[in-house]
Amino acid sequence: MIHQYKMGGYNIVLDPNSGSVHSVDEVAYDIIGMYENHTPEEITKEIVERYGEKEGVTPEDVAEVLEDIETLKKEGKLFSEDTYRNLAIDFKNRPTVIKAMCLHIAHDCNLACKYCFAGEGEYCGDRSLMSFEVGKQAFDFLIANSGTRKNLEVDFFGGEPLMNFEVVKQLVAYAREQEKIHNKNFRFTLTTNGVLLDEEVMDFANKEMYNVVLSLDGRKETNDRMRVSRNGKGSYDLIVPKFKEMVKRRGDKEYYIRGTYTHYNTDFTKDILHMADLGFTKLAMEPVVASPDAPYALKEEDLPTLFDQYEKLAAEMVRREKNGKGFTFFHYMIDLEGGPCIAKRIAGCGVGTEYVAVTPWGDLYPCHQFVGDENYLLGNVFDGITNEEVRSRFKMCNIYTRPQCNDCFARLYCSGGCSANSYHATGSIEGIYELGCKLHRKRVECAIMMKVALAE
Amino acid sequence: KRIKTLATRNLAESAKKGGCGECQTSCQSACKTSCGIANQQCEKSKK
Repeated sequence: MIHQYKMGGYNIVLDPNSGSVHSVDEVAYDIIGMYENHTPEEITKEIVERYGEKEGVTPEDVAEVLEDIETLKKEGKLFSEDTYRNLAIDFKNRPTVIKAMCLHIAHDCNLACKYCFAGEGEYCGDRSLMSFEVGKQAFDFLIANSGTRKNLEVDFFGGEPLMNFEVVKQLVAYAREQEKIHNKNFRFTLTTNGVLLDEEVMDFANKEMYNVVLSLDGRKETNDRMRVSRNGKGSYDLIVPKFKEMVKRRGDKEYYIRGTYTHYNTDFTKDILHMADLGFTKLAMEPVVASPDAPYALKEEDLPTLFDQYEKLAAEMVRREKNGKGFTFFHYMIDLEGGPCIAKRIAGCGVGTEYVAVTPWGDLYPCHQFVGDENYLLGNVFDGITNEEVRSRFKMCNIYTRPQCNDCFARLYCSGGCSANSYHATGSIEGIYELGCKLHRKRVECAIMMKVALAE
Repeated sequence: KRIKTLATRNLAESAKKGGCGECQTSCQSACKTSCGIANQQCEKSKK
């Protein structure tokens, strides 16, 4: 399988199975497109007819390209085979280790964002804060089930985690004690709406948090349409100064200003550029997860606009990068030389296997998006995983068990997509979320176009 | 002359070695709602 596309004035050929990326001229682009279904004679005749007169392309030129293609094939960089299927089968037989945890430290929130999948932070249940005892047990459970993994990740999540800041501090102190005893390295993330950010929180987060995710949707009118307080007031004016201060103090440590776009702002590139113009340089913007009948849900007819926006964003990012004013966008961060290995690309995000979510009272779910759905209750931090049937199903969710992924060039970039999105869109964790797939393919194309443009 | 190949990690080579499992899960970084597996870095390649 190969994937060919044109974008930003570049002719790009991807070899998904090897991860190779080729930037080619028009002649090579057409020859590669014909290569598998035509004889060398047919290709030569067609290409010379097409390019001979206007560009002076000769049969010798065509022969040279055909030879180059053969060389790349032998090197495993073009038309390479998928030899990874057995790895996916092997995962089923491996003992499961847990290395990442989404800790729902608060099922309560001081905002009432209209698109919140957690239903104003309460996950369709009662408001609740995690006690230190439950959090401590969660960490003990994580350490005990992490096997030989050294790096353990915990995301303080909610709701709004800063509504339970005292317990956050106690748990971090406990983890720092335990990591010395068990030779582990806890990497914490804090996901916050920023309302309760103050000097103490900033200093603590900058000392202890490997990453902070700060929620902002972009322009004031975009943000304040959806991210509102319980009395309906927009949050932009309150949080932007706090985020600026937080990022200034953070220095070169990891952070993301992370937004959500909806049907109301399909021109989301303007929101991303607004955040960049505020001085933020590490940005993320995700399509909303919503019931299809929600007025803000993305629709199939939005796709041409969204595709255009992603291309505009990529072009503008290239322009700014070349002018020394670059910024990063999570979905365009593809490290061609240092990206994930094939095992990671097949295993995916680890939902329900390497990664679990913990409720304030200690119940375990496959991830934050399944919390509250009793069909997916895995167990609890006191008794461990008791629902092996559900865990086994997640263990076998991968690109080889999703027939729709068979011919998709992006499958080793998305690992089969998000099981929760699939579940909410189709009722099955083994399916795909088609709209999400289309957006992801476009993002991959844009990200690789940027690599080609910046490699010039 | 007509084909420029960018430097990339060879995925087939990485299959021979197997994964170490020490890298970050994508959900712990920025997305939380749409998978960005390839947007992660291999732990061993981090500067």
